[in-house]
Amino acid sequence: MLSLNDIRPGGRVRIRRHLSTGAIRQRLLDLGLMPNVIVTVVRSAPLNDPIELKLDASNVSLRRTEARTIEVSPLEAETAESDHA
Amino acid sequence: MPDPISPARAQRQGVLVALAGQQNAGKSTLFNVLTGARQHVANYPGVTVDKKHGQYSDDLGTVYTVDLPGTYSLTSFSLEERVAREFLLGDRPDVTVNVADASNLRRSLHLTLQLLELELPLVLALNMMDVAASQGIQVDKDLLARRLGLPVVTTIGRKGEGREGLRQAIRGVEDPQTDMGQPDPGTVVRYSALEPAIGQLMARIATEPALADLPRRWLALQLLQGDPAAVQLLVDRLGDDGTRALRETAGRFIEAFETEHRIEVSDHVVSCRDRTVERLLAGAVQGAGDGRPSLTDRVDRVVLNRWAAPFFLVATVFAIYQVSIVWGYELTNYTWPLLAKGREVIAGVLPSADFLVDPYTRSLGLWLVDSANTLLNYVPIFLILFAAIAVIEDSGYMARIAFILDKILHRFGLHGQSTLPLILGGVFAGGCAVPGVMATKGIPDTRARMATIFTVPFMNCLAKVPLYTLLLGIFFVEHKSLMMFYISTMTIVFALLVAKLLTKTVLSGQETSPFVMELPHYHLPTVTGVLRRSLERTWQYIKKVGTVVLAVAVVVFALLHLPGLSAERKAHFEAEAQAAVERFAAALEGNAYRDVALGENLVPLINYFTDYKRAKLNATGRAGSERVAERFQARNADFYPLVKPPSGDRDARKAWRELRKLARARQGLRRDMREEQIRTSLLGSIGRGLEPVTQFAGFDWKINIALLSSFAARESSVATLGVLFQQDDDQNASLEERMGAETRAGGATALLAVSMILFFALYPPCLATTIMVKVQTGSYKWMLFAIVFPTALGLGVASAVYSVGTALGATGIEAMSAVYWGAVALLLVVGLLSDRQASRRLRERLAET
Repeated sequence: MLSLNDIRPGGRVRIRRHLSTGAIRQRLLDLGLMPNVIVTVVRSAPLNDPIELKLDASNVSLRRTEARTIEVSPLEAETAESDHA
Repeated sequence: MPDPISPARAQRQGVLVALAGQQNAGKSTLFNVLTGARQHVANYPGVTVDKKHGQYSDDLGTVYTVDLPGTYSLTSFSLEERVAREFLLGDRPDVTVNVADASNLRRSLHLTLQLLELELPLVLALNMMDVAASQGIQVDKDLLARRLGLPVVTTIGRKGEGREGLRQAIRGVEDPQTDMGQPDPGTVVRYSALEPAIGQLMARIATEPALADLPRRWLALQLLQGDPAAVQLLVDRLGDDGTRALRETAGRFIEAFETEHRIEVSDHVVSCRDRTVERLLAGAVQGAGDGRPSLTDRVDRVVLNRWAAPFFLVATVFAIYQVSIVWGYELTNYTWPLLAKGREVIAGVLPSADFLVDPYTRSLGLWLVDSANTLLNYVPIFLILFAAIAVIEDSGYMARIAFILDKILHRFGLHGQSTLPLILGGVFAGGCAVPGVMATKGIPDTRARMATIFTVPFMNCLAKVPLYTLLLGIFFVEHKSLMMFYISTMTIVFALLVAKLLTKTVLSGQETSPFVMELPHYHLPTVTGVLRRSLERTWQYIKKVGTVVLAVAVVVFALLHLPGLSAERKAHFEAEAQAAVERFAAALEGNAYRDVALGENLVPLINYFTDYKRAKLNATGRAGSERVAERFQARNADFYPLVKPPSGDRDARKAWRELRKLARARQGLRRDMREEQIRTSLLGSIGRGLEPVTQFAGFDWKINIALLSSFAARESSVATLGVLFQQDDDQNASLEERMGAETRAGGATALLAVSMILFFALYPPCLATTIMVKVQTGSYKWMLFAIVFPTALGLGVASAVYSVGTALGATGIEAMSAVYWGAVALLLVVGLLSDRQASRRLRERLAET
């Protein structure tokens, strides 16, 4: 299973689900990282961590620790199936 | 104390308006536009979140406004969210203004929907319309208003546009006669499969009279999402038993829902809201997200480029440092004379000095003025510093600094956003811990914030520098630059190590939160916004710190003056003074100026003489000297020939020479008295009482007193040393020479200097900073910790270095090099180890899920 941490800069992915709980999960959801949302990995920081994501109208950065808890599927490999409509 | 904001709705005069909105939506700017200059900052009860409130008047009366902390949603996970929600539920504002970022409505409306669920009278303000327009986004606000059933206004906070519209909308909502019509049924959030559970839970809640005033649908939703603060609300209203019953009901619904739909309730809630937002925006917003790289994207491509980023960061830090600390310090050269003049004016008003002892009103008065001046001297620096920070914050670069540096800082328990506090504290040389500690406010992670608060005082504040300079001048003439390098870089090494130590021990129980942060769009900061923030923060500094420092200055004054000299010693000094005066009188026998100089005139004449000397010293240039001459001629024309003998007047010349001698004798006596007084004072006893403990670090009672008194203000360490080490007045030696000669004679070595430098580097924050620590941590316990811990650490390190160094016969420079490189090595080891640990823990955690 791919996590957001595995995506290289420039990659576009769809968020599938969160493995985190509590405050972290809520924060990710609040900033727009909701299941089924498409995000682009823009870059990693000069020291490789954290990473920057581009969402619909905003840019969000998060540590790789948190990125590892977000399951994603790459857009090109995506099939018609979806976990929850 | 009557607070216009807090009384319950019924007894309130005027209207209460709350501003709620997400971060980076320009809420505070709009608050300023709405309210104008009349605003105050306070704290919410028990927490350190700022409560900004203000008021304005319109045709219908006064409107009280409260700026709630920025929140992305209204769950109860973060302190800000809890504070905002408690205010909205508890104080029930008459109108809530939801400030939304018009260029990012997709996210902003999530909060709007949650505010609607709280059943609050609402106005939606679409802010930053200019940003939206520049991105080609068009918003049909009337369509949006119809769909939501809310008044919707457009504003541009940065340009002050839309204030009247917003004020009218507030009045419109507040007036119960106005009917906005029902919202479009298609735009009320429907939680599809969760609705039956919500309905049944609402029916259960309806049976509890104690919950009658709470929005039922909202409460049902929160319980289904397992919101801990909502549960607490139930406990307060229903007690434990009633809560348990309700929670069990909710628990059954949650379980049934999650097993059947294989999705968590909170995820389901968020995606239902998102679908509602999508429907709301369909046709109402055009042109969003056309995929073109925005200006922000293009700037970031350069500024956050892997290789260029460190360069821009260093340049920015250097610019802040140069502009505020270096230039600001130069500015104090112009403002200091003003403060000195103020002191002269006050000194003139206070009762004048006696020959030997000054009246207490005079000495205490001047002591207070000096303490206040020490703080006020930094005001120009703070004004520039706070303005520079406001520019960086408002422009959006601050978030980028955190992004670049988070990795290193996080490894040691700090946070990307700890950078700014550390810079302000004076990472390299020159800063101040007070604004540093103040700036920790923005760090979202409580544990990292606390660690930052406790490490900022290790930075090299401006007031530590004079002591370093003094010690280097005495003991390290040959190795000055190497020592300077050590001193200016060891700060960050120590800070990182201590941060790591604290987060692993006393702070391990503190709340942490993830580094999930928006990188806002770049904005050009506005002049008024920057000025307002700079003035606001400087004023806060003066108010908070000033009052306390003055209070403690009085205490320190008392400690230095009590119990005072014994009658016997007093008599001794008086006899010496008498002898000096008699010598003066004898020398003036037959002099033409004898009558001017003696008798009642004696004390005023000596004061005149010393005042003249000081005035000459402070005067700059020929014009300045001439002004001084004029002033003193005007003050007393009879005395003037004695301080500036006319050429050829031999009597005047002789009298001047004798007067100078007498003034010196008086000065010497006063100094001896002062030294003896300090030695026998309470502070002196404490200093001597500490010798058994501090002897391992090599500190004698004089150094102890200097270090103790420097707690009130760092600057005073050198001044106190000056008093204590000043012996013979005739030899015109500088403090460096005197202290060098005396301490060396007492067996002091460069090793002692190293011990002192290390202690001073780790020593507790000055009084002003500890007050700030109290303000920022909201607890006296942590303030006490901020004093005790560094003292113990500093004393421990200094003692170890001094004792081991003495035993091994190490020189000062050897000891310092060993400590420095040892600390650097430790830093590397800790850094590498914690990286490994972190990745191991993460693997374990992921394996569990």
